[in-house]
Amino acid sequence: MKARHKRLGIVIVALAALGLATFLVLNALEGNLSYFFSPTEVADGKAPPNHVFRLGGLVEAGSVTREQGSLTVNFVVTDMAKSITVAYSGILPDLFAEGQGVIAQGRLGPDNVFVAEEVLAKHDETYMPPEVASALESAGKMGERHPGSKPL
Amino acid sequence: MSSRFINWFKFSSPATFYPLARKISVVSTVVAVVLIAIGLYMSFFVAPTDYKQGEGYRIIFVHVPASWMSMFIYLVMAGWAALGLVFNTRLSAMMAQALAPTGAMFAFLSLWTGSFWGKPMWGTWWVWDARITSELILLFLYLGYMALRSAIDDPRRGDRASAILLLVGVVNVPIIYYSVKWWNTLHQGSTIRMNQETTMEETMLLTMLIMTLGFWAYSIAVSMARVRAVILERERSANWVRELAEGRT
Repeated sequence: MKARHKRLGIVIVALAALGLATFLVLNALEGNLSYFFSPTEVADGKAPPNHVFRLGGLVEAGSVTREQGSLTVNFVVTDMAKSITVAYSGILPDLFAEGQGVIAQGRLGPDNVFVAEEVLAKHDETYMPPEVASALESAGKMGERHPGSKPL
Repeated sequence: MSSRFINWFKFSSPATFYPLARKISVVSTVVAVVLIAIGLYMSFFVAPTDYKQGEGYRIIFVHVPASWMSMFIYLVMAGWAALGLVFNTRLSAMMAQALAPTGAMFAFLSLWTGSFWGKPMWGTWWVWDARITSELILLFLYLGYMALRSAIDDPRRGDRASAILLLVGVVNVPIIYYSVKWWNTLHQGSTIRMNQETTMEETMLLTMLIMTLGFWAYSIAVSMARVRAVILERERSANWVRELAEGRT
């Protein structure tokens, strides 16, 4: 065995060990690395109670209502299984729309209304010109473009 | 070495690689200028407006290629580091050294353009989600590598120490790439996937690929120019460098 074969062996073994260690660490951290909780996870009690957390999902179509004379907006965040009502007072990002992904940071109140301090829009991975979008919409194929991806 | 094969080790000598690097650098500079010029023109004037984001999405034509390059350059550097450790070739470490500033620049460019896009689209400049945080770690790995190698006076020891740092950091690259798949993130998932249809209109995709190839050529051009400077600096006491210097004056 030449010296360079030995060194090659050491490099490969060290990289494999490092990869395994990283895998175990990431596995252990699993939930802590997620940026937000889905409504289903909140319903299952995975979100911390009485604590600020982030809620992510789609803004349910037709659920956005604005209070007259204030910046307060109410809407429902859903992951198609469970949904949670969110109240937010402030300026919404440009991409905020019904049917669009959204991440709200705040607390879950006792009346099960999520009071948000900050609302961020989540963009999906689809890019196309408006003509294509409207053509797809009229054909009713908007949701079928990326069947494998998660609802968010 | 048998004559039936190309003698790869011939170019592992700095003296033989030095003139070759110049040729590669010149050719890639031309390719980079042409491709980036075409890519930028298409980014601004040919690619259609996005149905949801309007014109603001056009930053993707810099953002995505820059992010890809930042990850790819790191992998190449780690490959050079492994070669250097195994074969003890001096040039491998020099190549890694020459690539580092370009990789760091692309990592910074990726974070910077992402931030500019994030403010109008997401409503925030910065969040600590898995994708963005792991890309920031990549930038710190580049900076740490450069700091470590310049902190050690003996270049051969610096090569080995920084090669090990590069190899340890390589676990971060798959984490960046798969972060949007493994965890919930604010950052959107990948548009270009290996096993699924691309969810992007063709002209946009073509523009992005031209920009990527342009960045690729740019990276080769500047790293080859830089490796020439590194070779001259580190081989300054070698005879061929002295002869080169005497011949020029």
